[in-house]
Amino acid sequence: MLKIQNLRVQFQTRNGPVDAVRGIDLMLGRGETLGIVGESGSGKSVTAFSILQILDQGGRIVSGELNYSGVDLSNASERDLNDIRGREISMIFQNPRAALNPIRKVGHQIEDVLRHHAQATVQDARAKAIAALKEVQIKDAEARYHAYPFELSGGMCQRVVIALALACKPQLLIADEPTTGLDVTTQKTVMDLIQALAHERQMGVILITHDLGLAGQYCDRLVVMKDGAVVESGAPETLGRSATHAYTQRLVAATPHPGKTLHELVLGGTETPVPDQGDVLLSAQNVTKTYVGKSGPVHALKGVSFDLRQGGCLGLVGESGSGKSTVSSIIARLQDPTDGAILFEGASLLDTSAKKFARDPRRPQVQMVFQDATDSLNPRHSAAQSIAEPLRHLGNLTNIQRRDRVHELAEQVGLPSPLLTRLPHQLSEGQKARVGIARALAVSPKLLILDEPTAALDVSIQAIVLNLLATLRHQLNLTYLFVSHDLAVIQMLCDSVAVMRQGQIEEMGETSQVLNAPETAYTRSLIDAAPVPIM
Amino acid sequence: MRARLIIARLIQAIPVVIGVVVITFILTRALPGDPAVYFAGDAADEASIQQVRETLGLDKPLPHQFLQYVRDLVRGDWGNSLSTGQPVLADLARRLPASLELTLLALLLSCAIAIPLGVMAATSPGSWKDHLCRVLVTAGVSLPTFFTGILLVYVFYYLLDIVPSPLGRLDFIYIEPDSITGFYLIDGALTGDWETFRGAAKQLVLPATTMAIFTLAPIARMTRASMLTALSSDFIRTARAAGLARRKILMGYALRNALLPVVTTLGMVFSFALGANVLVEKVFAWPGIGSYAVDALVASDYAAVQGFVLAMALLFVALNLIIDLVYALIDPRIGFDS
Amino acid sequence: MTTEHAQNQSFAGHVGYVLRANPVTMLAFAMLGFLIICAIFGPSFVPFDPLASGDQILQPPSWAHWFGTDHLGRDVFSRVIVATRLDMAISIGAVALSFVAGSILGCAAGFWGGWWDAVISRGLDMIMAFPLFVLAMGIVAALGNTVENVIYATAVINTPFYARVVRAEVNIRREAGFVQAAKLAGNSDLRVVALHIFPNALPPMMVQVSLNMGWAVLNAAGLSFIGLGVRPPTPEWGIMVAEGANYIISGEWWLAVFPGLWLMFAVFTFNLLGDGLRDIVDPRQRR
Repeated sequence: MLKIQNLRVQFQTRNGPVDAVRGIDLMLGRGETLGIVGESGSGKSVTAFSILQILDQGGRIVSGELNYSGVDLSNASERDLNDIRGREISMIFQNPRAALNPIRKVGHQIEDVLRHHAQATVQDARAKAIAALKEVQIKDAEARYHAYPFELSGGMCQRVVIALALACKPQLLIADEPTTGLDVTTQKTVMDLIQALAHERQMGVILITHDLGLAGQYCDRLVVMKDGAVVESGAPETLGRSATHAYTQRLVAATPHPGKTLHELVLGGTETPVPDQGDVLLSAQNVTKTYVGKSGPVHALKGVSFDLRQGGCLGLVGESGSGKSTVSSIIARLQDPTDGAILFEGASLLDTSAKKFARDPRRPQVQMVFQDATDSLNPRHSAAQSIAEPLRHLGNLTNIQRRDRVHELAEQVGLPSPLLTRLPHQLSEGQKARVGIARALAVSPKLLILDEPTAALDVSIQAIVLNLLATLRHQLNLTYLFVSHDLAVIQMLCDSVAVMRQGQIEEMGETSQVLNAPETAYTRSLIDAAPVPIM
Repeated sequence: MRARLIIARLIQAIPVVIGVVVITFILTRALPGDPAVYFAGDAADEASIQQVRETLGLDKPLPHQFLQYVRDLVRGDWGNSLSTGQPVLADLARRLPASLELTLLALLLSCAIAIPLGVMAATSPGSWKDHLCRVLVTAGVSLPTFFTGILLVYVFYYLLDIVPSPLGRLDFIYIEPDSITGFYLIDGALTGDWETFRGAAKQLVLPATTMAIFTLAPIARMTRASMLTALSSDFIRTARAAGLARRKILMGYALRNALLPVVTTLGMVFSFALGANVLVEKVFAWPGIGSYAVDALVASDYAAVQGFVLAMALLFVALNLIIDLVYALIDPRIGFDS
Repeated sequence: MTTEHAQNQSFAGHVGYVLRANPVTMLAFAMLGFLIICAIFGPSFVPFDPLASGDQILQPPSWAHWFGTDHLGRDVFSRVIVATRLDMAISIGAVALSFVAGSILGCAAGFWGGWWDAVISRGLDMIMAFPLFVLAMGIVAALGNTVENVIYATAVINTPFYARVVRAEVNIRREAGFVQAAKLAGNSDLRVVALHIFPNALPPMMVQVSLNMGWAVLNAAGLSFIGLGVRPPTPEWGIMVAEGANYIISGEWWLAVFPGLWLMFAVFTFNLLGDGLRDIVDPRQRR
């Protein structure tokens, strides 16, 4: 149905043209689901945009044939393309809320598409739009017809985007990271919906994703891309078991799934011993946090208690809004809780308020690594300055000692010392993550809070950073509080886990026990929603 | 829901009005030396100054003076103008329509030019059209309004002689229309007096153009910027992927979204326009409240100047209120806290 | 070559790129240089004493008097050039004052929020509730008709712009990771604001400065046009245009046109510069 041959796409940048896609070939049969998998910058999205000829400004298809059911897309007129777009080939995007016109009722947006493609008349457009909403299992479609995007949840918006894309019954659906930014449970329902509709309509699907596990679960065939070229393709099972290309092997290894151990993420990795656990280092007792909201108080935390032993690693897992980040920022003493107690080595951390904690002698002992490495580095400070910042205020070192310490830290986290003079925007994501870790370690903390430290990273870099964290924990005998939305990651690094939901701990226990025999339905649904391992 | 929002917005305007009154009060009491001397006028003797001091309550404590000030304002007693001998409020009320007619017409003209210009620039960023547009609007905002006015008078009155002499709202050969709204154009049209309408329009052309040139830039810039933002948003890509026509995407989707920030900018533009209004009125001897204030300044007629400042501020607050209400009506997201 | 060096070079390269991609910005920098030279060296280079009356009154432009002479026989060219210093001084003074005041107010409102924010923002709203030129008129009329008061008035009406920019910039970074990290590193709140957040707000501030400079020049000239602030016979663009306005209807255009053009030139320079700086600071704004 779709045949792409030797596609090359170039972008004009200030440093001259850059090849985003370098001669790829793709084939898709009717009713087939094809997964294009690759990390950021692999050219997977550009490929998708090329099919519909909606490249951003500066992008240009240099050569190649794009053949859809006998029509040559690359030479088609804008008029013909507009007939194909939305009616023959449709596309859905990541960040569904932004993908909808914010000031137009969702029903009207679907009508626009139906009317444009002459699939509806003024009289029956509304009924057809509501029918389209019903198709994507939106409850109470008549009422939702009048909703604006901001009134709907992220998952609901993605359903609307799907309804809009499928309204004219296209033969091919291109889904570009359709579930990125959605919670795992929502992710599953959205993907199941796409799969069911594709099956029902015998519709071809191209699923573009960075998540090998997700692609493996839903696709008939996978294409792995790297640096604008196809590295390898084949059935998920084949790729999973016997990938031939080194990059695919690395990617397969780095994709976490239940049952995998940390060192298996990296090819040729070796097991890191886990430190022995000592006395209770940190004890949170019935911590609550209530904000004053516009419509009454908002209970962000409703009494959270846990103990963390010296040398241990507790994973806090939960979906967005579960309160896990609030816990981490309270423990890091960036925020005061409304009520409750936090004991650190037996003494209350709350004696000093968050505002004054900068001068507390225990400030060096509790440090934190932040979620977004880019956001957590001062854009005007070099890597060395960022790492030295805590030493400047919390240590009493001479300038030379401080410089030596920075180099020592850089070595510990595997950051080549020539990079130390660079500014954040000159570093890669992985390098920035290392700077963030080095900074947190600078003052030799006892407790390190890790707030989704790998959430923004590609899986291959995530694999390396996770192993680094395990090594450091062993070498420096650190205690970790690890916050994540990803059970698979927690499972590898943490020896105990607390599942959070709506400001409470739903379930807590040893990692293996919670994951293998969850006691609550919510924990079970979290585990079930994660992509099933195929490899 | 909508009605509640509007009421809430109206209530929000109250503290602003109070603030405006407080600041004008401070300005009246900040006069160098003894305010009583100023208000009594040049020819006043010791006794009359003392009398003025007592009528103004200047011998009482400040809070008391403020209360009295507010009471007088509410009663409509804004003091008497030294130069005209009339109550300031009456003077201002008589002259306000002239200023409003000029300002509103200028803004209408400005929007009619600036918005298409901004859209044009945004649809081909980096092109010669874009650069030309940028230089034009920057030149426009760089022209001091009083200078533009003088230049236009020189070219179109002195050199080409195609407009009437720049003195006032109506050449003396026309008779003032019956005052219905006070806007000569509207009154002329309502009474079917098209002669007067043409006469008034001719007088308006130059001052309105002068002000429009000055206010072009902020509107055009904002349109361009918000149009660019809108065009690069994800929802435009969705619309393109759905095959909607270019015109529909540009006008129906992008422009509608882009106009929201433009409406917000109008508040700022009004601030510019009302300020520029003073200068333009002086150049064209326009009998509005701006030239009234300039004359009063020259004559050290402080009650009139202060009345003018307060009137302008209240007018501006009202205009901002209208803008906000319009915004609330066209943006469905207003009042929704996500 | 050290990396430090490479960084500087890459910044210079970036500026160079912006300038090359935007010849208009390059032109603006050249024009600014010219204005600065006029302001510094102008008074010692002009051919005539700007205050000296002569017997050749209302002469059109000629070789001797490039911009003609005015109703008192003074050389318009000399007066226009000499006025550069005064007009620039007023606007620089006003912008500097509002920059400092706006930065402090904006930081306090943006970082501590709550009560601070409420009081400061409402205060600024009150200033913004006036049409700004009108407020400046009112302030000068109330405080007294002097050049210093023109500077204060212009500073007052400009302050909200700076304060708002700083408040917004500080506010979006208040919860940023690097700010939290700075707190973890033992910085007090004041240090965090002054050394970590505020420097990041500087680029947009500089844009605001150059756009505001043009506006400050316009305001000062506008005030003197209606008789506030600078007084005759001091050479100042606004006054010169006001004086020349009386002669325009009888055709003596040079009295008003040359100072007006010069004034426009100065404002135009700052405005172009602001746009250019914006490109340098944020290349996404203009591609």
